[in-house]
Amino acid sequence: MVYEVIVDGSRHRLELERADGGWSCRLDGAPVQVDGLIPRHDVLSLLVAGQSYEIKREQTATGLHLSVAGVAFAIEVRDPRSLRSRQKAAGDEKAPQRIVAPMPGRIVRVLVAENSEIEAGQGIVVVEAMKMQNEIKSPKKGIVRKISATAGAAVNPGDVLAIVE
Amino acid sequence: MFKKILIANRGEIAVRIIRACHELGIATVAVYSDVDRAALHVLKAGEAFPIGPAPAAESYLRIDKILEVAKRTGADAIHPGYGFLSENATFAQACADAGVKFIGPSPRSMEKMGSKTRARQEMEKAGIPFVPGTSRGLASPEEGEEVAERVGYPVMLKAAAGGGGKGMRLVHTRQELRSALESAQSEAQRSFGDSEVYIEKAIVNPRHIEMQVLADEHGNTLWLGERECSIQRRHQKVLEEAPSPIVDADMRRRMGEVAVKVAQAAQYTNAGTVEFLVDQQKNFYFLEMNTRLQVEHPVTELTTGLDLVHLQIRIAAGEKLGLAQSDVAIRGHAIECRIYAEDPDNNYFPSPGKITLLLEPSGPGIRHDSGVYEGWNVPMDYDPLLAKLVGYGTDRRQASMRLQRGLAEYFVGGIHSNISLFQRILSDGDFQDAKLDTGYLDRLLARGRSADSKSGTMQSEADGLEKIVAIAAGMFMVLAPTSSSGNNGGAADTVSSAWKLKGREEALRSLL
Repeated sequence: MVYEVIVDGSRHRLELERADGGWSCRLDGAPVQVDGLIPRHDVLSLLVAGQSYEIKREQTATGLHLSVAGVAFAIEVRDPRSLRSRQKAAGDEKAPQRIVAPMPGRIVRVLVAENSEIEAGQGIVVVEAMKMQNEIKSPKKGIVRKISATAGAAVNPGDVLAIVE
Repeated sequence: MFKKILIANRGEIAVRIIRACHELGIATVAVYSDVDRAALHVLKAGEAFPIGPAPAAESYLRIDKILEVAKRTGADAIHPGYGFLSENATFAQACADAGVKFIGPSPRSMEKMGSKTRARQEMEKAGIPFVPGTSRGLASPEEGEEVAERVGYPVMLKAAAGGGGKGMRLVHTRQELRSALESAQSEAQRSFGDSEVYIEKAIVNPRHIEMQVLADEHGNTLWLGERECSIQRRHQKVLEEAPSPIVDADMRRRMGEVAVKVAQAAQYTNAGTVEFLVDQQKNFYFLEMNTRLQVEHPVTELTTGLDLVHLQIRIAAGEKLGLAQSDVAIRGHAIECRIYAEDPDNNYFPSPGKITLLLEPSGPGIRHDSGVYEGWNVPMDYDPLLAKLVGYGTDRRQASMRLQRGLAEYFVGGIHSNISLFQRILSDGDFQDAKLDTGYLDRLLARGRSADSKSGTMQSEADGLEKIVAIAAGMFMVLAPTSSSGNNGGAADTVSSAWKLKGREEALRSLL
């Protein structure tokens, strides 16, 4: 299999096949000696040229994360042969982006109106959880196409609060 | 001895108390709110009863409901834990009236220590050193100016009923005093329903050191050594250790003797903590007394070899302490990290939700007091404390190294936790040199994360990890393409389906 793996925004090409009871692996064209197994769910034991790593996987409202040695990385894996992956890769910047609640809580305030222009980093809604208020910010510059959050409503992680285009 | 104890609390402390009861052969009763049916304390208790909806005011603070459960189950004592009703004299009195033993001090002692100004008046009578200032609420801004002039700026304005930094103002000059007093009074009124504000000299860069005391109901009072609690964020403790690196045997004895005097002045019984501010010349001043078991009690347990919850129960049952001050010895060093569900990369915002993966540390010198488990949905309604990780060793360095090793084994997936903050603190030079005061953590956080994590000196290592992670991502795809614990976007399954059910129910009703 060939994967395009994006780790914290930087792209890598990974070729990974089972071979002779082991693995054949190339990262960005360079051969790497690896072995992997899953000792328990969402945990990978990876041996790279004898070095042992314990890698933890989390699928959260904000995406896929892998952690190793106390450092967390945001991950995206694409199969370059898949059409959907190609489309997603091409349309990333312009595509409408869903702003989701990262944690359960209650909407305190909505800070912008529908169809208003918004800067990257500007607050969209304020969510309260555990007696603390948190501003959910826009990841990019654009237009607020839709606001689905209403003040006072309860939200769950992954709930769409707004769409920025 | 008691036959059955009701635990009027939740989370790690409820679990910790239930364990102590079972060790003593005492049956246990848990109480829980609607969102805590599957909480660990309910799973561990012998019996469990619901007491109301999620908001604490409708469940864990409902004295009537808790006493009703005590009556129904025949519990002969109640342990309040910390927080909630633990320092509520009305609750302690209601327990006494209902014929159930409250495991803690008498309502009278709690009242004496509950108001900071009343506590200062008691200490004045007993000749205890406290921070210069007034022992009564300020009658006017003029009085405030006069006192500030006398003790010298900067001064601290504090709410008599205060806690958690509310109603507190640091004032540097006479010009600021009047408006600071007004805002402190109105904040105190809003937060505590009491606008009484007093003034004391501000100690610059103090340390916060507290002394554990234990008093039986036969007049014996002991001190059990100090805890260094200077590492705080927003007046909330984050990491505590025992003993304090700056306290020697002589200072410990002097602080201990003052703490015993404080406890005796309040006719105190059971476990309590006397808090001191310590200035740069190591002068210590009485700050307040906490009339409950503290979150950080394990560091004292590990360095004295005593089980404070066992002793609390024995004292409440009328037993004598059975040990003298000379029997109390401090051995080794212990450091505690408060593991919170909060996001270090997002201003420490709370992070409730489902724990999809939990890898817990173990091994030599590690104590893990947890209130959670893998699959548990951390509710958004309560304090975000998940667990306490304590490292213990022969000396401070070994305790710290063991704790760092334990933190490296620790992983909480699906929600954010502050585990990385403790790695930063423990590897920080000032922490290792014990250069601590209550401003330490703000200074560390203000420095940013340049010296650790993904940037700075470890850049090459992070680059190496990025490649490892890229391979791991593909390996996961081949071996286990989907996260078996599911997407945390749908983690609040029960909540979302409850909402759906409610919606359907209402839709149905409108049809009928």
